[in-house]
Amino acid sequence: MPQISQLALVYQSQWFWLVLTLAVIFFVVGRGILPKVEATIDARDAKIAADLDEAQRFQDEAEASEEAWRRQLNNARADAQAVTAKAKQKAQADLEKKLAKADKDVADKIAAAEAELDAARKAALTELEAVASEATQDIVVKLTGTKVSQAEARAAVAGALANA
Amino acid sequence: MAAEAKMDPMAQFSISPIGGGELTGTPFQFTNSAMWMIVVLAVIIAFMWGGTKRQIVPGRWQAAVEGLFGFVGDIAKQGIGPEGRRYLPWIFTAFMFILASNWLSAMPVAVVPGVHPFAVTGQFSVTGVLSILSFAIVLAVGFWKHGLHFLSLFVPSGAPLPVKMFVAPIEFVSFLVRPFSLGLRPFVAMFAGHVLLEVFGNFVIQGLNAGSALGWGISALCFIFLIFVNALELLVGGIQAYVFALLTALYINDAVNLH
Repeated sequence: MPQISQLALVYQSQWFWLVLTLAVIFFVVGRGILPKVEATIDARDAKIAADLDEAQRFQDEAEASEEAWRRQLNNARADAQAVTAKAKQKAQADLEKKLAKADKDVADKIAAAEAELDAARKAALTELEAVASEATQDIVVKLTGTKVSQAEARAAVAGALANA
Repeated sequence: MAAEAKMDPMAQFSISPIGGGELTGTPFQFTNSAMWMIVVLAVIIAFMWGGTKRQIVPGRWQAAVEGLFGFVGDIAKQGIGPEGRRYLPWIFTAFMFILASNWLSAMPVAVVPGVHPFAVTGQFSVTGVLSILSFAIVLAVGFWKHGLHFLSLFVPSGAPLPVKMFVAPIEFVSFLVRPFSLGLRPFVAMFAGHVLLEVFGNFVIQGLNAGSALGWGISALCFIFLIFVNALELLVGGIQAYVFALLTALYINDAVNLH
């Protein structure tokens, strides 16, 4: 085993070169390069964290503006619905008013026509009585030769009409 | 080729000076082991250099470095807590050194004639230093932060006195064993794995040299087995680096937070 048989001859050079090598690695790599690598990693982590924060901020902003936009839209829709409802209500009221007026007009006309009709009927009846009493006088004269007065005839006709 | 039949699977762990000559037992002698440490160092620095581009959107290379940083950083943070960042340079150094050394030693650089991969972590003189450094940090941090109160680490809190008397020596011994187990684990894994690779690689060559159909069949089987062992070796190399980093973090955690 050369590790043991050569030990006495080589340990000094082994230790010298080993310590030299380790010292160079320790100071150049461990103390020199490692902090740089670490700083790079830290800088990258910080950059990523900052970028993520910014992205989050932008997203929040976008959500807020969307929210505002949605609220505006809802307000506009509500306004439009209110206007529509008001217009509908007004139109309904107008219609009812017009309908009421028209109804009244029609009712007035009907009442007038009925009054006229009544008057006409009364006039016609009066005429009829007069004609009937004259006819009655004529008939009585022709049948009996006696003359009845106009008043008697009229009373008789009125009685018959009332009985009819 | 008959001489190679008696090849020594341990030869891959022997250290020899670059450019020939004898080992002299001096600190500055540049050996193949030292050369591979420098290769490991170069590979680590070249790899980590790709992580310094500091782009907000990382390329593949930068992402790999940052992924590795995150992986080892999590070991330190989960093992030690918020204070783990202070100990990350050492944990990362040990992790990278073991990982790069383990993986480089499993690379097929021997296809270039005369070049042999050398497992730096297959030397307990190397892994021992790594574990002693980890252990020294544990002791230094423990006594620095808690003074002699650090010794209460060996006493289970809330247990009755007889249990404390009984458990404390066991805890103390297990604490003393830690640097040995910490250093032996990556060494043994590399040692055993590379011996296995060498032995079966030798079977492949010997089977081909036998010249018979049976020899070729055995050679093919060994080659397939070798592929799996090599994949396993890469896995083990990663796991050993992870285990070393994890245990170092846990031991430092003991020193930082006591119980």
